[in-house]
Amino acid sequence: MNKMTASIEKIYNKYQKFIVENVISKKELRINSENLIDFMYFMRNDSDLKYDILCDHTVVDWVNNNSFDLVYNLYSTEYKNYIIISTTIPRNKPIINTVSGIWRIAEWQEREAYDFFGVLYTDHKDLRRLFLEDDWIGFPLRKDYKDNFMLEM
Amino acid sequence: MESLNKSIITTNLDKMLNWARSNSIWPLTFGTSCCAIEMMMATGSSHYDLARFGSEVVRVSPRQADVLIVAGTIVKRMVKPLKMLFNQMMEPKYVIATGSCTISGGPFIYNSYTTIRGVDKVIPVDVYVPGCPPRPEALFWGILVLQKMIKKNSLIKSTNNKKPVLAALPEGIMLEEIHDEMKKVLMNKKYL
Repeated sequence: MNKMTASIEKIYNKYQKFIVENVISKKELRINSENLIDFMYFMRNDSDLKYDILCDHTVVDWVNNNSFDLVYNLYSTEYKNYIIISTTIPRNKPIINTVSGIWRIAEWQEREAYDFFGVLYTDHKDLRRLFLEDDWIGFPLRKDYKDNFMLEM
Repeated sequence: MESLNKSIITTNLDKMLNWARSNSIWPLTFGTSCCAIEMMMATGSSHYDLARFGSEVVRVSPRQADVLIVAGTIVKRMVKPLKMLFNQMMEPKYVIATGSCTISGGPFIYNSYTTIRGVDKVIPVDVYVPGCPPRPEALFWGILVLQKMIKKNSLIKSTNNKKPVLAALPEGIMLEEIHDEMKKVLMNKKYL
């Protein structure tokens, strides 16, 4: 835990201007979406951090705030700790840089996020649907999604 | 002459065939979610011993199986493989639907973009086994009900019986009555 706190403080000292909010007890950092790529490169390459695995990437739909939260769960096999990086993008313009150049597994995780939430990743090599049919219309995990098949409560 | 009477029984061919069929219904498993775990316990483990009821062994090929046990949520993309397996099975073929999701869609009835609300919208179902998931004993009850139905020749595909039977409930309760009951409950709680 001490090492974890120390590493978070290191991030905080170096990238103070990018970080919106940090919650050390929850091991979570919120950052600006413009600085995502720089920040993620730093998280992977820094010798004290070495977050070399992207465990999961998901999207949270805040329909009332008109925003998407992008959540990245990172794991360091060297120091054996987890951290959660999250960032916010507007819901009506859901465009963000891909992190698939940093962790290759992100290619599929971002395809899934595109499939269900319609988040568009720039510079992604192959942004197609992953689970649903290619001719599916709409993004079903958005809170305001509706179609003819659905029964509403 | 008396000894001859004891050793000869007279019957008709249909009864004979139904008796033979009902006592060796080999299942083909179609497990897609948590009901499959209970089904594996019922069909695969020696503790519950499915062979007692004549359903000797689970087949992985549809061409060698008599009853299709659908265990789990059926989503839109799973309909095509399910129909293909059902069509590949040889006649006579029977279907048991186990678990709430398979019977009606379960908790995914409302606001789901992909769950099929009841597998009987896709293929004809003979016996329903309710539960979430049903215990192995309930599945055995379903198999025994199916055996009785085969012996009586009263399956859903035969013309005189359009109503599927719910297993593990008192005899005589039909699916429509359950639907009415559910409607009453939902009306009281003002869900409808």
